[in-house]
Amino acid sequence: MSRGERVRLVFQHAAIYIAALIFMAPLVYAFFSALKPNGEMFATPPRLVGSELRWSNFAAVFEYGPFVTYIANSFFVAIAGTLVVLFVSTTAGYAFGRLRWKGRDAIFVLFLATLMVPQEVIVIPMFTLMQWLGWVDTYPALILPFAFTAFGTFLMRQFFRGIPFELDEAARVDGAGPIRTFVQIILPLSKSGVAVLSVFTFMSFWNSYLWPLIVTVDYNKLGTLPVGLASFSGLTGTRWDLQMAAAIISMIPTTILVIALQKHLVKGISMAGLGGR
Amino acid sequence: MTTTVNDRGRNTMAKAESRQALGFVSPALIGLALFTVLPVALSIVMGFYDWPTYGEKKFVGFDNYAKLFTSSPDFWPALRNTAVFTILYVPVSVILSLTLALSLHERIRGRAALRILFFIPVVTPMVANVLVWKMILQPQGMLNGLSMEWFGFQLPNFLADPQWAMVMVVIMSVWQGLGYNMLIFSAALEQLPDSVMEAAKLDGASGLTLLWKVKVPLISPSIFFASVMTLISSLQVFVQPQLLTGGGPGNATQPLVQFIYNQGFKFQDLGLAAAAGWILFAIIIVLTAAQFVAQKKWVHYEH
Repeated sequence: MSRGERVRLVFQHAAIYIAALIFMAPLVYAFFSALKPNGEMFATPPRLVGSELRWSNFAAVFEYGPFVTYIANSFFVAIAGTLVVLFVSTTAGYAFGRLRWKGRDAIFVLFLATLMVPQEVIVIPMFTLMQWLGWVDTYPALILPFAFTAFGTFLMRQFFRGIPFELDEAARVDGAGPIRTFVQIILPLSKSGVAVLSVFTFMSFWNSYLWPLIVTVDYNKLGTLPVGLASFSGLTGTRWDLQMAAAIISMIPTTILVIALQKHLVKGISMAGLGGR
Repeated sequence: MTTTVNDRGRNTMAKAESRQALGFVSPALIGLALFTVLPVALSIVMGFYDWPTYGEKKFVGFDNYAKLFTSSPDFWPALRNTAVFTILYVPVSVILSLTLALSLHERIRGRAALRILFFIPVVTPMVANVLVWKMILQPQGMLNGLSMEWFGFQLPNFLADPQWAMVMVVIMSVWQGLGYNMLIFSAALEQLPDSVMEAAKLDGASGLTLLWKVKVPLISPSIFFASVMTLISSLQVFVQPQLLTGGGPGNATQPLVQFIYNQGFKFQDLGLAAAAGWILFAIIIVLTAAQFVAQKKWVHYEH
């Protein structure tokens, strides 16, 4: 490496690390703000660390109103929703990706076409549908309406198609039907695809705001974390310390997932986006 | 004879496979019919009705659409705000995330960790991200406090000024979404064939030439994909203005989706909201189609 190149590399490192520092500043500041006494939230001049590290703020959040209910609801809805999505997407993905049947390609195109309809366009009629079903303010309304989107089916179909077709033939020769082939051969070979879909689905349920806001009325009973967090900020008014503690708590599960599954994630994103192809 | 028997055997097998395939695909089909096809059809119908959340529904023809464009005070501002947000957000987000992906090249130490760092706001709840920014942007918050401390300079009250409020909604959104496009671009850059890069270097390409003449054209399909997705998501922006500014001051930052939400669930006028939803859908389709037409000019696909 020449001298010039080395100097340039040092500058590049400096630039990118400074950028990362500025980028993370809001979250770091929010974290330390969650540990401040409320009176010091807006101290002048601003200090990153308050006069004490008040860890009890985090405990206080849990005692404040229905916060535990919000967390429990979010976990329940996200996990149940993920299970439904996994079941629906793997079965349909298998039918589209590896079985031969009449009308398959036409129906698949129809599936893909529904991907174009944005959630925001169908929340209004979806709410009316929930009224008809008597589902307003119930768990099924939080879990089911957006668990059947074509995205998961599409992702699993792409993934299943990457598995050598000779395996199906061999299974068939051994007398295995489609169900056994699916359960014993295709699914075990698709762990990373299923992992990608699970993480994406869990996150989208965990972070979802518009739909739960619309379809639940009694937040004290059915509020999920984002809805709770938003109404919490109205309720607690000036308690910014508690709001920050609650916000930080809500960020923990998905952040852990991303760090734990970073390799799957990059793969999933390039697969979902197909690298732009 | 044997061939006939074989054919018949194959036929019954194909039939059995068709039947089982139907079993596999039916949960998805039923769900999609109930929760996507039915709502879409219903939404067309609702757009032609005076449809209050509770109470009598009345057929009104095109009145809802006429009302949107002529007498609804917030509709044109909502269209304008969505347009302004999109025009500011999409180019800034795509260019910044591309710069970031290119900067995090293989000779940067800790690049894997840095990537995750930039990706974190993508996966943390948007509501929580917005609350964090709302605290920082308060007149007595961190940003103004630091400016006063370091430069003795009083910053404007960002969320109370119509123009600044929109700028802050854009900046907050760029910060939040940056990591997603960055990962798409990083994945594309990593797939660039070494042979091509070597050949380009042997031809004397380096630095900016290598970047603009080789790398960027080669990943242009990814740039196109990211632009389309970013455009679509920016037309659907909701949580950031809803919680950061409440659409205000006045209606200065209220985008189309927030308008739909307010009409439907604040003013209980589901028919008008459904009609506005179709306007949004039409805009998305037209702009996406336009991008697909325009891509021929600048996207290079390998054949």
